[in-house]
Amino acid sequence: MSPRARPNAPAVFRLLSIMLAAAAGWWFPAGIVVADERPLAFVGGTVIPILSPPITDGTVIVAGGRIVAVGPSATTPIPADAERISIAGRVVMPGLVDTHSHVGGGAGGDASSPVQPDVRILDSINVRDAGFRKCRAGGLTTLNIMPGSGHLVSGQTVYVKLRPADTIEELLYRGPNGAALVGLKMANGTNSQRDAPFPGTRGKSAAIVRQKFTAANEYRRKMADVDPAKRPPRDLEMEALVECLEGRRIVHHHSHRADDLMTVLRLREEFGLRVVLHHASEAWKVADQIADAKVPCSLIVLDSPGGKIEAMDVSLATGAILEKAGVACAFHTDDPVTDSRLFLRSAALAVRAGMSREKALEGVTLAGARMLDLDGRIGSLEPGKDADLVILSGDPLSSKTKVLQTWVEGKKVFDRDDPEDRLFAVGGWGGSRDQQAESCCAGRTR
Amino acid sequence: MIRMPSAGSYAAFLLAAWCLAPCGPLASATQAEPLAILGTTIHTMSGAAIENGIVIVADGKIQAVGSQDAIAIPPTARIIRAAVVTPGLIDAHCVIGVAGYLNQDQDQDQLDSTEPVQPELRAIDAYNPRERLVEWVRGFGITAIHTGHAPGALMSGQTMVVKTAGGTLEDAVILPAAMVSVTLGDGGRSPGDKKSPGTRSKSVAMLRGELLKGLEYQRKMADDDAEKRPAPDLRLEAIAAVLSGTWPMLVTADRATDIASALRVAEEFKIRIVLDSAAEAYLLTDMIRKAGVPVILHPTMRRAGTGETENVSFETAAKLRAAGIPVALQSGYENYVPKTRVVLFEAGVAAANGLSTEEALATVTIAAARILGVADRIGSLEPGKDADLALFDGDPFEYTTHCVGTVINGVVASEEPR
Repeated sequence: MSPRARPNAPAVFRLLSIMLAAAAGWWFPAGIVVADERPLAFVGGTVIPILSPPITDGTVIVAGGRIVAVGPSATTPIPADAERISIAGRVVMPGLVDTHSHVGGGAGGDASSPVQPDVRILDSINVRDAGFRKCRAGGLTTLNIMPGSGHLVSGQTVYVKLRPADTIEELLYRGPNGAALVGLKMANGTNSQRDAPFPGTRGKSAAIVRQKFTAANEYRRKMADVDPAKRPPRDLEMEALVECLEGRRIVHHHSHRADDLMTVLRLREEFGLRVVLHHASEAWKVADQIADAKVPCSLIVLDSPGGKIEAMDVSLATGAILEKAGVACAFHTDDPVTDSRLFLRSAALAVRAGMSREKALEGVTLAGARMLDLDGRIGSLEPGKDADLVILSGDPLSSKTKVLQTWVEGKKVFDRDDPEDRLFAVGGWGGSRDQQAESCCAGRTR
Repeated sequence: MIRMPSAGSYAAFLLAAWCLAPCGPLASATQAEPLAILGTTIHTMSGAAIENGIVIVADGKIQAVGSQDAIAIPPTARIIRAAVVTPGLIDAHCVIGVAGYLNQDQDQDQLDSTEPVQPELRAIDAYNPRERLVEWVRGFGITAIHTGHAPGALMSGQTMVVKTAGGTLEDAVILPAAMVSVTLGDGGRSPGDKKSPGTRSKSVAMLRGELLKGLEYQRKMADDDAEKRPAPDLRLEAIAAVLSGTWPMLVTADRATDIASALRVAEEFKIRIVLDSAAEAYLLTDMIRKAGVPVILHPTMRRAGTGETENVSFETAAKLRAAGIPVALQSGYENYVPKTRVVLFEAGVAAANGLSTEEALATVTIAAARILGVADRIGSLEPGKDADLALFDGDPFEYTTHCVGTVINGVVASEEPR
């Protein structure tokens, strides 16, 4: 049972929700919470559904933590018991999806080995970190939190939903079997090169990865033995790699230089991996090859080239070039490298350099959701999807626009009119303070 | 002409070698074709914006600014049109050209960590006008930068004001020595356990000690009897230049404690200071205004770290401006990716957080020029000033607007939309 469940919720509702969730094979904590709450009607603003053109006078209906209707106000009926929220003059779009963040102060693999697929970032995240509040202030509702860099495999990533939370469990996305949905963080190029046992060259890097996945294939074969006695003992490293070999876990691969990107494509082909190329600074040099491989790219948008050799040729035009080549593109903050509160700016700068508005906005929402296998639940405003919304003061691509509110599963998690929330949105005295004990649990109003 | 620090034996001494080099504007600038730059909106920064305005440029200087109805286009002039025209933008503090974009030892000259006090280090001896980051910011309309020795040591060295024109240093420089860079607080601590300064108090004690040594040097150098004067000392010459008011001390201080310390030392030694970075300046606006000290504020988008910058705010520029404190914006110092920020973007975020368009423009044009002491040449569009302009296809502070032209000394230095 979710700790968010209201003690006074009618038992029948709770039971019904649990049964529904069980029937669906999913566990939706928020569904349990809001089952007894009034529907919400966001009425009379510009609605950007992502998958269809913007609606200038649109309405979004939310119930049970899900979107139940999206359409022009004139033709979208509002349930009689709904709470009406005027968004006149404002813009509503899906909560933003950041495919690559380091918020929460987590640390993945240590210095002992270049390959540590057994290490899970979720075991080290501080959910009270101020960074989460800043993410909500930026309109972010879903993050892929990655272990840091410096390894070929630095550990397992975790997909989180930015609900108010006191424990990491409350932030998780869970699969049908209840397991946390996660990816695997990999890197190549100079990122993972250092003294032994780390690789010293690019060739050695690829060889180590190839060797590990070859071993994982062997482990997988042995584990499939009909005689349990002949199966090898469980190996957490191998288990994580096998999930990648079977396509059940996505590889999130840090890679900058064009030749390093091609190496990732080669290993992907060889082992049948599902890969997202992250950062992809020089993807513009091999856009057609990436398009042919049908591999998506999650881009970082930086204000200047340089800072490290691999970012020498980073370009604001990468999004535009990849779009033209037909590559699926999302953006990421790499927070703290860029500020989660300014995530929309990444999309806007890509438009400055020639990307279409539509694809740039998709790049901070649905495209990212697809790269996390979460596009069935988030990333666009469609009936049945989670009610993760961001309400903006104006054009999402304008520097003047403010995030006014952020909603997760039909609950408001950020409100710029709330002085405390505003402090985390603009900064100032105490604006980076981690969540304090007294604001936890009993004192929470949301 | 190169602007020289006001007279002083130390200045002449320091700059003697410098002025053996050719001084003056770009040769090509004087030969460039005249330009007639037509803007739907021209922000002159010396008065109200002009709608349907025109700027006439010849011989590297602005010849005329006004309404298109009132000013004739010279027959030989090349006509350039833009939606918005502003003075060339000024980045009021950065390390561009001293720190290169590769971020490897061979191109990083912004900080020597061998000693905590080295005001004799000159920015002109390290600046690379062909550095790719110089070209990068030029493409966004930045025509002048205040660059040099970085924060990170108690007294790290000198700064300079230079145009982003490329070519040679001699062609590009405006002020070969602008300020002496001082860092208080955590950033000024020496690395290592046993080295000084190791605490905030020690930093201030050492700074006061250096200034006292400078006073003593000044006194002895003023002796009527030349025989009794001490041997020239480059370090003390630089400190004496601060004490005499030739060069302001650029004091990087983020926490209110350190800002207050800087003001205290300035008052004690009657020296000119400019506050740099100043993350918590909004806590001390009365004190800063009363001291008459300008602020070169951190990049608006500066990330909140732990400690020094945890209380940074998007709204500080607006708060300082509202308090009547002269404020300019900077791209600052980055040690990873991006290797530099672009001050145009920083002003844009300030414009979205309390500053009007004109106020935000001032932080990267005329206010910056005044704080840097170069407003006689750059920072506004007025006849007689250097013809440095930035051209945009819309609101300069919108993310999706492009810089469509950069003019330096009357020469189009960049035209590719950025």
